[in-house]
Amino acid sequence: MFRGTLYRGHEGMWSWVLHRITGIAIYFFLLVHILDTATIRLDAELYNVVMASYKTPIMGLGEAVLVAAIVFHAFNGLRITLVDMTAWASRHHRALFYGVLVLWTVVMIAFLPRHLMHVFGG
Amino acid sequence: MKLFRLDRLAWVFMRVSGVVLIVLIFTHLTVNLMQDGGVKAIDFAFAAGKLANPFWQWFDVTLLWLALIHGSNGMRVVIEDYVYRPGLKRGLLVSLGVSAATLIVLGTLVIFTLDPCPAGSPADLLPSFCAAG
Repeated sequence: MFRGTLYRGHEGMWSWVLHRITGIAIYFFLLVHILDTATIRLDAELYNVVMASYKTPIMGLGEAVLVAAIVFHAFNGLRITLVDMTAWASRHHRALFYGVLVLWTVVMIAFLPRHLMHVFGG
Repeated sequence: MKLFRLDRLAWVFMRVSGVVLIVLIFTHLTVNLMQDGGVKAIDFAFAAGKLANPFWQWFDVTLLWLALIHGSNGMRVVIEDYVYRPGLKRGLLVSLGVSAATLIVLGTLVIFTLDPCPAGSPADLLPSFCAAG
């Protein structure tokens, strides 16, 4: 017997919550990132000093979290677009959400060791 | 009817720009965080060297416009979902629009007016092709 609600606590809700949180986080990083990049127009040395702050261990971990958020938002956005566009994806939206998590895991496995080696390796 | 059309346009834009942004940002992250020394290799010589190439200029300017409009429209939806006080909502939406417009103009100017070999900068900070001139 079906109990509870169709939405709350299920894949659809988590997909929506995560899409919103990652989107907001990426937006605020984008604001900062455009400003830090703009210092390249002012002075070469200044730009290098600003970029050096992205190479610290803490910021390196921040970049890992940022990339994780971007990759999730990208694949989940694709899932939303497919679910809106095709009846097939709409029927299988739940399976597609797990597909998003699998793809996200694969990309993060490809990205993380390399990035962490850049940040923490000599 | 007019509002309906604008909303519809925003809806389509989020999906189309989203697909393009996946290609642009995955490329951006591969070139800047994965290749060679990753984040440790990013400095003036690297970034100005890239922006001396018209391909990367147009790549970055497309990324700038699409990402900022996509992100700002997303934030507009979030504001409309959670902010009910008319004055506050209006203020937030106006600041959102002003920030987006300012950063688009600033970023576009930076990309197209950057001198990769600025006079007076230490030569060892500049892209290697600066020495040839």
